[in-house]
Amino acid sequence: MIAEAGHFALVLALALALIQSVVPVIGARLRDPALMNVARSTALVQFVFTAFSFAALTWLHVTSDFSVVNVYENSHSLKPMLYKITGVWGNHEGSMLLWVLILALFGAMVAAFGNNLPRSLRAHVLAAQAWVGTAFYLFILATSNPFLRIANPPIEGRDLNPILQDIGLAIHPPMLYLGYVGFSISFSFAVAALIEGRIDAAWARWVRPWTLMAWIFLTLGIAMGSYWAYYELGWGGWWFWDPVENASLMPWLAGTALLHSAVVMEKREALKVWTILLAILTFSLSLLGTFLVRSGVLTSVHTFASDPTRGVFILLILCLFIGGSLSLYAWRATALKQGGLFAPISREGALVLNNLLLTTACATVFVGTLYPLALEVLTGEKISVGAPFFNLTFAPLFLPLLIAVPFGTQLAWKRGDLLGAAQRLTAAGIVSLVTIAVLWALVHGGGTFAPLMIGVAAFVILGALTDLIDRAQLFRAPLATSYSRARGLPRSIWGAAFAHAGLGIALIGIVCETTWNSENISTMRPKDVVTVGGYQVRLDDVTQQQGPNYREAVTHFTVMLDGKTIGAMAPSKRSFSTRGMSTSEAALLTRGVSQLYISLGDSSADGSVAVRIYHKPMVLLIWLGPVLMALGGFLSLTDRRLRARAPKPAKAAKTSGALQAAE
Amino acid sequence: MRRLLAVLFAMTLALMPSVTHAVQPDEIMADPAQEARARNLSRELRCMVCQNQSIDDSDAPLARDLRLLVRERIAAGLTDQQVMDFLVARYGEFVLLKPRVEGQTLMLWLIPPLVLFGGGIALWLGNRRRRERVAGGEVTALTLTPEEEARIEKLIAAEEPQKKPV
Repeated sequence: MIAEAGHFALVLALALALIQSVVPVIGARLRDPALMNVARSTALVQFVFTAFSFAALTWLHVTSDFSVVNVYENSHSLKPMLYKITGVWGNHEGSMLLWVLILALFGAMVAAFGNNLPRSLRAHVLAAQAWVGTAFYLFILATSNPFLRIANPPIEGRDLNPILQDIGLAIHPPMLYLGYVGFSISFSFAVAALIEGRIDAAWARWVRPWTLMAWIFLTLGIAMGSYWAYYELGWGGWWFWDPVENASLMPWLAGTALLHSAVVMEKREALKVWTILLAILTFSLSLLGTFLVRSGVLTSVHTFASDPTRGVFILLILCLFIGGSLSLYAWRATALKQGGLFAPISREGALVLNNLLLTTACATVFVGTLYPLALEVLTGEKISVGAPFFNLTFAPLFLPLLIAVPFGTQLAWKRGDLLGAAQRLTAAGIVSLVTIAVLWALVHGGGTFAPLMIGVAAFVILGALTDLIDRAQLFRAPLATSYSRARGLPRSIWGAAFAHAGLGIALIGIVCETTWNSENISTMRPKDVVTVGGYQVRLDDVTQQQGPNYREAVTHFTVMLDGKTIGAMAPSKRSFSTRGMSTSEAALLTRGVSQLYISLGDSSADGSVAVRIYHKPMVLLIWLGPVLMALGGFLSLTDRRLRARAPKPAKAAKTSGALQAAE
Repeated sequence: MRRLLAVLFAMTLALMPSVTHAVQPDEIMADPAQEARARNLSRELRCMVCQNQSIDDSDAPLARDLRLLVRERIAAGLTDQQVMDFLVARYGEFVLLKPRVEGQTLMLWLIPPLVLFGGGIALWLGNRRRRERVAGGEVTALTLTPEEEARIEKLIAAEEPQKKPV
C-alpha cells in the first residue's frame, strides 16, 4: 500500500511538472499573471508529492518491507537503523529519487522565496525547472522504479554493500546532489534569460545566491566524499582522479568560474553572454556526471551496450537539454547587449583570467575522463587515463591561478594598477619567500617542489589577509576605527577572503601529505614495535567481536612517542555474512592536523598480520580548506546585497553606500 | 566519494574486491632505492581488471603479479623506461595510466593547451575589437535612459551625507 502510494505520488508529481512546463510559458506569452502564477503552486505541490514519495521509500526501508525489490536488494532486517535510512539512496533507484527530490526542493524554494523576481522571469525559470523535472520523473517511472514489488516476498534482504554502511555515506550523496542539482537553478535562470532576451545586473544578483548555495554544498560534498574514501577504502588515498570523482569535479570547476563571472556581471554588466554560457555548461556537466555514474558506461562500454535502457534514456535527456539549451544560446545570445568595458589589468581582467584557467582545467578533466570512452567507441582501442595524466596537466593550470588570486583581489575595477597591487602585497610576498627559504633549508635541499608550493599557498593565504587588513586599515588607523571598519565590510568580502585562504590551506595539506607521507608495510606479531614518522607503534593483541550484522576481528595497537604512551588504535576487519564480503576498517589517530593511519591486511595462521601504518602530516588541512571555502561561501550568502529582496530604490541606495565604503 | 557509485556497479557485477592492501610485506625489495623505483612505476601502471586503479593501490591477484613482475625486472637491472616498454609490449597501451603522446592520443594531450591558448587569443582579439569599436565611436559604453540618469542622480544625492572617506 505504502509502495503504491509512493509510486502514485511520483506519477502525480510528473503530471504537475507537465503542467508547470507548459502553462507558465503560455502565461508569459499572453502576459496573463494568473497563468504565470500557476508555476508557483505547481512547484510547491510537486515538491510535496516528491517528498511524500521519498518518505514512502524511506518508510519501506525502515520497516524492512522485503516485498519491494529495492528494499530486498539493498537492506537487511539486522542492519542498524542509520544504514536502513541511508540505504534509501545507496542504490540506483533510490538515488535517482533523491535527485528529483532535490530538484523539486530547489523549484519550490524559487517559488517560495522568489517574490522579488519579475513575474515572467519566475514563470520561465520554474518552467525550465519543470522541463528537467519531467525528463527525470519519466526516467524513474520508466526505467528505475523503486517501488516495484516481488510476487513472492523473500523473508530476508540481501543487505547493503558493507563499504556503503558508513556515516560518510549518510551525508555525502545528499550534499553532492544538493550541489549538482542546485546548479539546475542557474541553468533555468540562464534559459529564462535567453527566452526573454533580457539580462542585466539584477539577473546576476538574483542568480548568484542560488549558484552560491549549490557551490557550497558541492564543495562540502566533494570534500566529504574524499574523506570517506580516505578512511574507508583502507589505503589512505584521498583523491584518485576516478571518473566518478571527475564527474563531480567538473561541475565544481565550472561552477566556481560561474560564481566569479557572475560577480563581474553584477558589478559591471560585462561578461553577460559568457556568464549565461557558463550557467548552461555547469548544469550540463552535472547532467553529464549523472549520465557517467548512472548509465554504467564507466565500467565498460560493453555493459552499457548490453543493457542500454537506462543509459540511453539518460543520454537522450543529456542531448536534449545540452543540445536544446546551447541551440537557444546560439540563437538568442547575440541579441544580448554587452556592456562594461575594462582594461586587461583590472579586477574584471583578473576574473577573466580566473575563468580562462578554471575552464581550461575543467576541459582537461573532461577530455581525460571521456577520451578513453570516445576512443574505444570510435576505434576499439583501449587506453587508460589516470592519476599521472591529471597530476601532470592539472597542476600547471592551478599554479598560475593560485598566484593570480592575491593580485586579482587587489586590483581595482575597470582599470587596475599592477604595480600598486604588488606594493600592497610586498609583505605577503616577503613572508612567502622566507617560508620557502626556511623550508628548503629544513629539508636539506631534498627537492624544491614542496617548499615552493607551500610558499605559493602561504602567499594565497597572506594575500587574503592583506586584503582584509587593507580594507580595515589595520595598522594605519586607530584600532577602534579598524575594528568598526572590519565589522562594516560587506560579508561577501569576508567570504572571498575565507574561500581564498581555504584554497591555500588545502594546498598546504595536499603538498605536505604527498611529499612527507611516511609509511611502513610489515608483517607484525603481538609485541612487535615499528617506527613510523617518529612514533613507535606496538601491536598488543587481537580480539573478536560481534557487531549488529557482522563479525569483527579487532587488532589493538599502542602508539608511543619517545617511550610515552599517547594513544591506542584499533583497526579491524569485518566480515558480513549476508553478502560474504569483508571490509577493513582503518584506525586513525589525530595529532593536531596530522594523522596516524593503520589498516590491516591478511592475517596468517601463525598469528601474524600484514599491517600498513602511515604517518600523514598536515593531512586534515586537505579537508579543512574546503570547509573554510564553504564557510566563505556561506558568509557571502548572508551578505545583505544578496538578501536584499527587491531592488527598490531605498535598498539600492544602502547597497551602493556599502560598495563605496568597501572599494 | 570515490567509487561510491563505482562500487555499486562492481556490486551488481559481483566483482567486489575485499578491501585489503595493495603492496604486501613479502613483495618489498631489499634495496630501498629499487623498492622506491618499483613503487613509482607501480603508480603509473593500471591494474587491468580493476576500475581505474593503479597496481600500487589494487589488491587484485593480477595487480600482485604485475608488481612482482615490475620488481623482478628492476632486480634484473632494467631501467625504468625498459620496464615500462616491456609491460607495454606484453599488455598493450592499456596498462599505462598516462598514455604516451602518439597518433591516437594526440588530441588528449593537445586539447588542454589548445583551450588555454585558443581562449587567451580569443579574449585578446575580442578585447581589441571592442576597443576599436569604442574608439571608432560605434558604441559608447553602456548608455542610460534619461529616467535611469535621473534615478541615479537622486540616489547619489540621497547617499552623499553618509558617504565615508575611502
